[in-house]
Amino acid sequence: MSVQTERTDTGTAAAPGVRKTDVTPPGGPGQARRRGGTAAPYLLLVPALLVTVVLLGWPLVKNGMLSFQNLNPRQLILHLTEWNGGDNYKEVLGSSDFWKVVQRTVVFTTANVVLIMLLGTLVGLLLARLGKRMRLVLMLGLVLAWAMPVIAATTVYQWLFAQRFGVVNWLLAKAGWSSMSDYNWFGSQFSTFSVITLLIVWQSIPFVAINLYAATTTIPKELYEAASIDGAGMWKSFTHVTFPFLRPFLWATTFLEVIWVFKAFPQIFAMNAGGPDRLTETLPIYAFVEGPGNQHYGMGAAISFLTILILLGLTAYYLRTVLKQEEDEL
Amino acid sequence: MKRSLMARLWPNATALVLFVVFAFPVYWMFATSLKPTGDIIADDPVFLPTDITFDHFRRALDADHFWTLVGNSLTVTTLAVVFSLVIALLASFALARMRFKGRRGFLLTFMIAQMAPWEVMVIAIYIIVRDADLLNSLVPLTVFYMIMVLPFTVLTLRGYVAAVPKELEESAMVDGCTRPQAFVKVIFPLLAPGLMATSLFGFITAWNEFPLVLILNKDAEKQTLPLWLSSFQSTFGDDWGATMAAASLFAIPILVLFVFLQRKAVSGLTSGAVKG
Repeated sequence: MSVQTERTDTGTAAAPGVRKTDVTPPGGPGQARRRGGTAAPYLLLVPALLVTVVLLGWPLVKNGMLSFQNLNPRQLILHLTEWNGGDNYKEVLGSSDFWKVVQRTVVFTTANVVLIMLLGTLVGLLLARLGKRMRLVLMLGLVLAWAMPVIAATTVYQWLFAQRFGVVNWLLAKAGWSSMSDYNWFGSQFSTFSVITLLIVWQSIPFVAINLYAATTTIPKELYEAASIDGAGMWKSFTHVTFPFLRPFLWATTFLEVIWVFKAFPQIFAMNAGGPDRLTETLPIYAFVEGPGNQHYGMGAAISFLTILILLGLTAYYLRTVLKQEEDEL
Repeated sequence: MKRSLMARLWPNATALVLFVVFAFPVYWMFATSLKPTGDIIADDPVFLPTDITFDHFRRALDADHFWTLVGNSLTVTTLAVVFSLVIALLASFALARMRFKGRRGFLLTFMIAQMAPWEVMVIAIYIIVRDADLLNSLVPLTVFYMIMVLPFTVLTLRGYVAAVPKELEESAMVDGCTRPQAFVKVIFPLLAPGLMATSLFGFITAWNEFPLVLILNKDAEKQTLPLWLSSFQSTFGDDWGATMAAASLFAIPILVLFVFLQRKAVSGLTSGAVKG
């Protein structure tokens, strides 16, 4: 912590923009703010903006350029640049595999997000109803799941669902489903996706639930009192008070989750590398396997460019919601 | 009477079941890592380890390059977080405290950047890093992790700076402080919890990063812990004791940090990430 403090201090002092306001005589806070409104904010923002634009923009542009190149092992080793127009895109968009992956990604994302939002909201509302002690207990469970590093969690799920000695198969067999005692979860598309979904939903619920609970604590009590005077029961006061109050939050969270699940990589890749038979590859995995995996870098770049376009579309909608909220706040 | 008892029982019972569901995988990781192999591969799982052994941990620690990779992970993660904090602090101060043309544009840039699909851009980054002759180096990892963490850090810190009452700063300035002085002396100490929470999330993001290091650093000594853990699993295959010990070693620092800083971290998230 002390290291950070020192570094940040020198960082502030070294910024030329701040130095400049140094010289202006402090003629009251109002004036200082107006002075600060000229150049200082831009100078303060320069480092962050520069880093963001360069380090984010450069790979993006590079990705766009690569997607119009014929880039396979030969060209890669010899550093050849062979433009091939829109051939990569023609090939990608014309292949039924690509469209299957798109469809799979959409279904996978939808299923996960619906589960996350539904269960997350329910758990959040439960948190709001619990007594202090029980809330702390549940909160601890949620935080443990939330804090598990993704790769560690993936490894643990592989062990929970291991064919031999996995505790899930044992449990299912004990529950009377004896054919499951030796079940190979990673042998089929549906079962592999089930394990991945369970992992993602388990890790994502805490974010939704804890934040939703935090949001409910900001609902003014008077609203409920007024509702109960008007004769509203539990359901009515939920649909008329709680839900409208939480709606902007639920919107924003849903879009965040869509984006996060859509581009989920380590969970799927580390679980079974997109297998069996490439049947659990979603778009980011597909781009990775086609690109670096099969060394069709140009093709991989085209796939990832299309993926980014889809994400941008989703993002735009989310950003509009957030910006509107921002406007209300100012 | 009966109804109210039921009404109180149900939420508590559900909460208890949910606690088990959420905590069990984490518990199972630790429990497995401490059980003798005989108990791990028993026909009926041993839920409460009685014979505790540290053999699995020893095997995991003896695995190739473990300590080198701990060093790599720590270096890359710490540097990325520190750099992004310094840069973000400046930007967040401008965004939270000043009115200027294009403010919304800047905000928008960081919001878009926060959602950047790094997982999908690995091919372009691979070619860039290869052309710069920096494959198998920690430098590109540090640089890219910093930018991965930066937008989130800016937006979250902005929330914390905005939460400090303006009057504190103004009264310091009336007392003769310049604006930078007021910032360092008055606001900065109040930001400590915010900085802690923000760096925690930054740390977790960088500590967890997988796809980039997967493609950039093939050299076993230049990798980081997530890659080690995932390849550990494939090498050690059915040695679940060692694998779970390895997973525990990787997860413990984060779990400890998170549980300790949980409350602050969560309030920081609410003010920063969701509201943008």
